[in-house]
Amino acid sequence: MEAQNLLWLIPALPFAGAALNGILGPKAPRWSTNAVALGAPLASLLVAVICLFDFFAQAAPRPAIEQIVYAWTTGPLSIDVAFLLDQLSAVMLFVVTFVGFLIHLYSAGYMAHEEGYQRYFVYLNLFMGSMLLLVLGNNFLVMFMGWEGVGLCSYLLIGYYYQETTPPAAGKKAFIVNRIGDFGFLAGILAIFDRFGTLEFREVFARITADGGAASGTYALGLTFASFVALCLFIGAMGKSAQIPLYVWLPDAMAGPTPVSALIHAATMVTAGVYMVARANVIYQLAPDISLFVAVIGALTAIFAATIGLAQNDIKKVLAYSTVSQLGYMFLAAGVGAYSMAIFHLGTHAFFKALLFLGSGSVIHAMSGEQDMRQMGGLRKHLPITFWTFFVGWLAIAGVPGLAGFFSKDAILAATFSANKVLWVIGLITAGITAFYMSRLVYLTFFGKFRGSHEQEHHLHESPWTMTVPLVILAVGSVVAGWIGLPPVLAEVNQFDHFLAPVIQPLDAGEHGAHHLSHTTEWILIAASVGVALAGIFLARRLYKDRGLAAEQAFSERAPGVQRLLEGKYFVDELYDRFIVRPTAWLAKMCFKVVDSLVIEGSIGVGTFLTELTGDLARFSTTGNVRNYALYFFLGVVALFWWMIL
Amino acid sequence: MESFLALAAGNTLTRLVLFPAVASLPLLFLRRDQVTKVYLLVVSLIEVALTFLYLGSHGGADGIFSLTRDLGPDGKPLEWIPRFGIRFDLVADGISWPLAVLAVLLVPVVLLGSWKGIEKKWPAYGASLLWLTSGVLGALFAYDLFLFYIFWEVMLVPMYLIIGVWGGERRIYAAVKFFLFTMAGSLLMLIAILWLVATYARVAGTWSFAYEDLLRLDLPLGAQMWLFAGFALAFLIKVPMFPVHTWLPDAHVEAPTGGSVILAGILLKLGTYGYLRFAMPLFPQASDAAQPLLLTLALIGILYGALVAWVQTDMKKLVAYSSVAHLGFVMLGLLAADLVAWQGALLQMINHGLSTGALFLLVGMLYDRRHTKKFEEFGGLAKPMPVFAFFLVFSTLASVGLPLLNGFVGEFMILLGAYRTTGFWAVAATFGVVLAAIYLFKMLQLTLWGPITKEENRKLPDLSLREILSLAPLAVLMLVIGVAPAAFLKPSEKALAATLTQYQERLKQTPATEARLLPQEMTAALPRGPVVVGEEVER
Repeated sequence: MEAQNLLWLIPALPFAGAALNGILGPKAPRWSTNAVALGAPLASLLVAVICLFDFFAQAAPRPAIEQIVYAWTTGPLSIDVAFLLDQLSAVMLFVVTFVGFLIHLYSAGYMAHEEGYQRYFVYLNLFMGSMLLLVLGNNFLVMFMGWEGVGLCSYLLIGYYYQETTPPAAGKKAFIVNRIGDFGFLAGILAIFDRFGTLEFREVFARITADGGAASGTYALGLTFASFVALCLFIGAMGKSAQIPLYVWLPDAMAGPTPVSALIHAATMVTAGVYMVARANVIYQLAPDISLFVAVIGALTAIFAATIGLAQNDIKKVLAYSTVSQLGYMFLAAGVGAYSMAIFHLGTHAFFKALLFLGSGSVIHAMSGEQDMRQMGGLRKHLPITFWTFFVGWLAIAGVPGLAGFFSKDAILAATFSANKVLWVIGLITAGITAFYMSRLVYLTFFGKFRGSHEQEHHLHESPWTMTVPLVILAVGSVVAGWIGLPPVLAEVNQFDHFLAPVIQPLDAGEHGAHHLSHTTEWILIAASVGVALAGIFLARRLYKDRGLAAEQAFSERAPGVQRLLEGKYFVDELYDRFIVRPTAWLAKMCFKVVDSLVIEGSIGVGTFLTELTGDLARFSTTGNVRNYALYFFLGVVALFWWMIL
Repeated sequence: MESFLALAAGNTLTRLVLFPAVASLPLLFLRRDQVTKVYLLVVSLIEVALTFLYLGSHGGADGIFSLTRDLGPDGKPLEWIPRFGIRFDLVADGISWPLAVLAVLLVPVVLLGSWKGIEKKWPAYGASLLWLTSGVLGALFAYDLFLFYIFWEVMLVPMYLIIGVWGGERRIYAAVKFFLFTMAGSLLMLIAILWLVATYARVAGTWSFAYEDLLRLDLPLGAQMWLFAGFALAFLIKVPMFPVHTWLPDAHVEAPTGGSVILAGILLKLGTYGYLRFAMPLFPQASDAAQPLLLTLALIGILYGALVAWVQTDMKKLVAYSSVAHLGFVMLGLLAADLVAWQGALLQMINHGLSTGALFLLVGMLYDRRHTKKFEEFGGLAKPMPVFAFFLVFSTLASVGLPLLNGFVGEFMILLGAYRTTGFWAVAATFGVVLAAIYLFKMLQLTLWGPITKEENRKLPDLSLREILSLAPLAVLMLVIGVAPAAFLKPSEKALAATLTQYQERLKQTPATEARLLPQEMTAALPRGPVVVGEEVER
C-alpha cells in the first residue's frame, strides 16, 4: 500500500513544476522549459497510476484510501489538508491526469511559436495542481482551495493574450461570475461547519444522514437544512459548470488558447460542479426539492445552449455552447438521482469534447488563427488525421450507437425517463439539436469547397506529431470509454454504476432510476434517441453538405428574427448588462458621489463652517477700542450681580 | 528613574518601545541623505533583531506567546505618577505580539520602499518613522490607560507630519483632516478614561489607571453606554468604520508611499486592537447592546467600501477604499464574539497589513516612475514590467481572498465564526467577497492588461533589486500564512480564549445598578502576583 503516502505528490508535482518554471524564467532554454512543463504532469500521471493500481488491487468493496498531510488549522477550528482516493475521485483522477497530460503534450506543439511559452506552461501546471487538489480533497475546504485555484488559472489562461483587449476582459468576467457561484459554495460550507463542526466529506455525510432534523423543518429561506446546503452548493456548481443563469462566462472564455479551452473549459474544470454534486449526493438525496431544481436547470441549460449553438459561426463558440449544453445533461442526470451516470457522461465527454476542441485547434492552427467557419470548408483533404479523429468525436457526441457519447447520454435519458417525462422530452430534443449543430460544424469545416483566402489555402498543413498523437489517443478513448458502462439491456448490470455504488448509495434502496425499466422500454428509448440523433445528422447533411452556407442564408431570410435571436445568444449578456451591471455601477457611483462626497463630507463641511462662523462672529468683539472693553466689563459686572442676587 | 533606566537597558519591552525613539536622536547630526538612509535601515533591522531576541527568550516553547510584563526590582510595575495611580506598565501577550511584530517588520520594508520616493528632509522623515514605531509599540503594550493614551497621541503627530510635509498636492488639507478626525475621537476617549478612573477612585477609594484594576469595575448600563461610546468612537474612527471613514482616502492619496504603508499596515489596526483590548472587555454589556448597530455599520462598510472602491479612477484611492471593506470584515469578526472569528479577525489584521501594504508599495513604485496614479495613464504594463505585474497580481490575489494565500484564512475564519453567532450577517458579508473580485480585478485590468495606450509606458523600467527586496518578505509571508496558517493562529489562541471567556462571563451577569468592584477572580486571566523583570508571568 503505497497510495496512502503518495497521494500528496499527485497535486504537488504540477505545483512544483509551475514554481520551477516560474523561477527559471522566460529566458530558460526551450528544452528545460519543456522538461519541467511536461515532466511534472507526466510524473503526476505516473504516481496517479500507481495509486490507482493500489486502489484497484483491493478486494471489492474497495475501501477509500486517505492521506492526512498536515493540519491546516488547529484549535477550535481544526481542518486538515488531506486527500481521499475512493471510487469517485479515482474516476476523476484518471480523467484529469490522463487527458491533462495529453493536452500538455499537444500544447507543446500548438504553442511552440508563442511569445509567452514558459508563462503558458506555468499557468497550465498550476491548473493541474489545483484541479487535482479539487478532485482529491477529502473535505470541503481542500476542495474549495482547488476550486478557487482552477478559477484563478482559468482567469490567467483566458487572458493569456494579455496585450489584446478582449481576452483579459473575458478572463475577468469568468472570474467574477464564478465568484458569484463561490459565494453560494462558501455559504454552504459555513452552514455545514456550523452544524457539524467538521468539513470532512464522509463525516459530514454520515452526520447529516443521522441528523433527523436535517431533512425536515425549516432552516432558512423556507428550506430544510439539507435543502439549504444543497442549494448553496449548487449555486457554486452553477458558476463553475456554467449553468443558467451563470453560464455567460464560458463562451467568452474561448478567447484563451485552444488547448486551454479543451482542458479547462471542456474536459476538467467546468465539470467540477458535477463532481461536487455527485460527491455531495447524500445531501442531494435528502433534498428532493433542490434535486428537482438541479434537474430542471440542467435540462433548460442543455436545450437553451444547444439552440444557441445552432447559429454560431465561430468554430470554438459552437463547441463552447455544446459544452454548456452537455454539462446541462450531467446536471439533469444528477438531479434525477443518476449520479453515477452524470459522472459517466463527465468521463466520456472529457474524451470526445477534448478531442473536438483539440481538433478545432488543429484546424485553427492550419488556418493561421482563423476561427470563422464561413472561411473554412473542404479541409478534409488537407488535414486527414485531424478530420478522421474529429469524425470520431462528432459521431461520439452526436450519439451514434457504439461510441462513448451514445452510452452515457442514453443512460441519462433512460434515468430521466423513469423520473420525469417532461425533462426526458427536453433531453431528447436536445439530443437531436446536438446532432444537428455538430453535423453543421463538420460539414461547414471539412466538406464542400474552401472559402478562405488564397494565402490561407496556401498555408494549410497537417499539425505536428505532438498535436496529432493526442488526437488519435483521444479518438480511441472516445470510442472505448463508453464500453465500461454498457446499459443493462446489453450487460447484466451497468458496470460503471456498480463500480461507483460504494460512494453513491441510494439512501432509500429501490428508488434507483434506470434499473426499473423493462428491457422493452429500454429498447424503445434507445431507438428514440438513436432516431433523433440520426435525424439531426441527416438533416444537417442535406442542408450543408453540398450547399454550404447557402442553406443558412435561405433560413435567415425566411425567419430573420429567430436567426438574430440565436446568433445574438438571446441577448442575455445585454440583459445582464442592462439590469444588473449598470444598476450596480450606478449604485456605486451614488455611494461615492452622493453619500461619501455630499452627505458625509457635506455634514463635516457644515461643522467646519459653523466653527468658522462662530470664530468670525466672536472676532468682531475684539475691536481694539478701550471703550468697547469697558462696556463688556460693565455688562459683565451687571450680569454677575444679577446672577448673585437672584 | 534608576529602575527605569535599568529596565530600559535590559531585554525588556521597555527597550523595544524606547529604542526607536532614542535612536532618532543622532539624526539631528546627520546631514547626508545616503548616510541617513543607511543609518535608518540599520536601526530598523536592530529593532527587528531586538524583537526576535525578546521573543526568543520570553516566548513560549510551544509556539504560544506567553503573557510577559516589565517589572521593577520590587516585582511590581514601575510607578510613574503615584498620586494618581499612574504606572509605566508594559505587558505583551498573544493579542499584541502579532501586531507588534508586523509593525517592526514593516519599518525596513517601508524604508526600502521610500528610498527614492522621499526627496527631502530625510532625517526628519526618519525621525517621524521611528517615533511612530515607538508610539505604536507603546500603545500595543500599554497596560495603563494613561500610558496608553500618551502613546496613542504619540502616534498621531509623526503621521500628521509625514502626510503634511512629504505628501502630495493637497497634503495640508489631508493632514489637517486626519488630525482633526483622530483628535476628535481621542479627546472623547480621554474624557471617558477620566470618568472611568474617577468612578474607580470613588468605588475603590484609591486612584488607579491600571487596566487590570479598571477591568474589575462593574458599571450600570447607562454609564457603560456613555463610556463605551467614548472609547468606541475613538477606535472606530481609526479603523475606520463607515461613516467616519472619509479621512482615510484623503490621507492615503496625499501621504507618501511609506506613510500609506504604515497607515494601512499598522495605524488602522490600532483601532481594531483597541476595540478588542479595551472597548469590549471594559464595557461588555454596552458593547453587547451596541452589537446590532455596529454589525450593521460593519456590513455597510464591507459592501459600501467595495462599491466605492469600484468607481475610483485613482489607483491609490481604490486601494484606500478597499481598506474600508477589509477592515469591515475585521470588525465583523470582533463583533461576532466567537473564538474562531476572533482568531480570524486578528489574523486578518496582519493579512491586511501585508497585502494592502504591498499594494501601496506597488502603487508607489508606479508613481515613482510615472508621477501619476490615474488608471487612464496605465494599461498594458505587464509587458514592460513583468516582475511588477507578478507582485501586483500576487498581492491582489491575497487581498481578494484566494485560498492558499493569507487573505482567505482570515476571511474564512471570520465568516465561520460570525455565521455561528450572527447568522444572516455573515452570509450577507460573504457577498463582499464577490465585490472584492470586481474592484480588484478591475485594477489589474486597467493597469496590467490590454494594449499599451501611453507611449511613455512602453519603456518603463521593471522593479529594481531594492524594490523586489521590499516586496519579497511580504509576498513570502502571504504565501506561508495561506498554506500553513496553524503556526500563525496558535500563538494568539490562549490570549484570545482568555479574553473571550472573561467577556462572556461578564455578559452572563446582570449589569450592576450602581458602580461596584468585581471580585479578583473575575479578572483571573490577567497577570498578578510577584514576578521578576521580564520573566514569564504565572497565570
